[in-house]
Amino acid sequence: MMDSSLLFSIRLSFQVAAVAELVAVPVGIFVAYILAMKQFKGKDIIDTIFTLPLVLPPTVIGYYLIVLLGRNGIIGKYLYEAMGFNIMFTWYAAAVASFCVSLPLMVKTTKAAIELIDKNLIEASYTLGHSEWTTAIRVTLPLAKRGILAGAILTFARALGEFGATLMVAGNIPGKTTTVPLAIYTAMESGEYAKANILALLFTVISGGSLYLANKYGGKAVK
Amino acid sequence: MSLAIKLFKNLPGFSLNVEWQADEEFVVLFGPSGAGKSTTLKLIAGLIEPDEGFVKLNGDVLYDSQRKINVPPQKRPFGYVFQDSTLFPHMTVKGNIAYGGKHIDKKSLEQRVRQMIKDFHLEGLEDKFPNEISGGQKRRVALAMALMREPKALLLDEPLTALDIQIKIEVMELLKEIKEKFLIPIILVTHDILEAFSLAEKMIIYRNGRILQMGTPAEILNNPINEDVERLLYAKDIFQELYILSGASTPKMLRQLRRT
Repeated sequence: MMDSSLLFSIRLSFQVAAVAELVAVPVGIFVAYILAMKQFKGKDIIDTIFTLPLVLPPTVIGYYLIVLLGRNGIIGKYLYEAMGFNIMFTWYAAAVASFCVSLPLMVKTTKAAIELIDKNLIEASYTLGHSEWTTAIRVTLPLAKRGILAGAILTFARALGEFGATLMVAGNIPGKTTTVPLAIYTAMESGEYAKANILALLFTVISGGSLYLANKYGGKAVK
Repeated sequence: MSLAIKLFKNLPGFSLNVEWQADEEFVVLFGPSGAGKSTTLKLIAGLIEPDEGFVKLNGDVLYDSQRKINVPPQKRPFGYVFQDSTLFPHMTVKGNIAYGGKHIDKKSLEQRVRQMIKDFHLEGLEDKFPNEISGGQKRRVALAMALMREPKALLLDEPLTALDIQIKIEVMELLKEIKEKFLIPIILVTHDILEAFSLAEKMIIYRNGRILQMGTPAEILNNPINEDVERLLYAKDIFQELYILSGASTPKMLRQLRRT
């Protein structure tokens, strides 16, 4: 039953999620830090933009990504002219879609963790002569560690389960862009219930385990 | 060494307007909670920007609203101990103290940390985390950390609050030692009249963001400028407690006192 297309989907899903995670974690920490620590005009708008993917249908994200990265897209056009390469319908596009959809979880969780830190600790670091950078690296982020970890787990789980935006930008090309969620959809469509069962069960365990871990660490972060 | 300040700051609910000077002496900012004492420290350290005024240390201008000078907190040579003696919870005692030693090269840093641990009687606690040590020990670590850079003035925000009387007396003794050893202005914030009288060489009485009276404890006690000051001074039955405190400068004497 574990045929090669199934194994391919599992491997691809993890590959896509890992790449999305590698980018979402540093970007998410950076954005969360700015939103938690800085006061500036338009902060609420930036916050809203980074939260929006949580509530938008993934198909809307997919739509924007096509507008941006498609062969005639705002960025995609130049990319194609410069390198003769288009990202659409490759696994890279799936990674970009997963990144966009999962980033808010990283930002939100990390921001909440940073906001919980006793501001006196950050100010104390400044009065000891340490720059904002040193303070961020040695005080702020280490103290937000558990929240960051919880965010990273949630982000990975969300990236792993991405379906809608992925379908729109990467398609559902067997052996090329069919991630597990797409494989489940395909399996159901074509009546391969056994395959759908295995994959659904696998994903329930992975996602459930991730949530459990995130709660465990995130809960402690609040303490 | 001398610290001179003139600060005006509008804050939600009240405004702060104070001017005073401190030489190499123990200056206590005394007053009820919400009088602007802690805010004064934050303004001096540059953690909050005043609306108007100046902060000068030995003639060096750290802040001047007219000349548009505002040295960032990192570049101001103060040692600051925050309320509740904030320590970095993810660093050991040794790590906390070492974190106070910016600009010290690695080799001398280790030596200096060791010296501080000895001077502040923290031997054996080097590798403990802040949640594993007592309140009095925390205060000592916070002071050691704040003194690592050899600051030119020390700002202490309620460093004695919530300590048992015995520990409080120990920390007070330590503060007096620090003053003699470092010869710098020490500004201490408290709302406890006993702490104020036990430590102050100069007392500055705050209320509602203004200074009610300034002077030595004796001057203030003998000659309160108005009823407001009197009321603040006698909010507690201080004489009895003051007698206990001044007569018992060491824990040993306190024990003797208790026996009688």
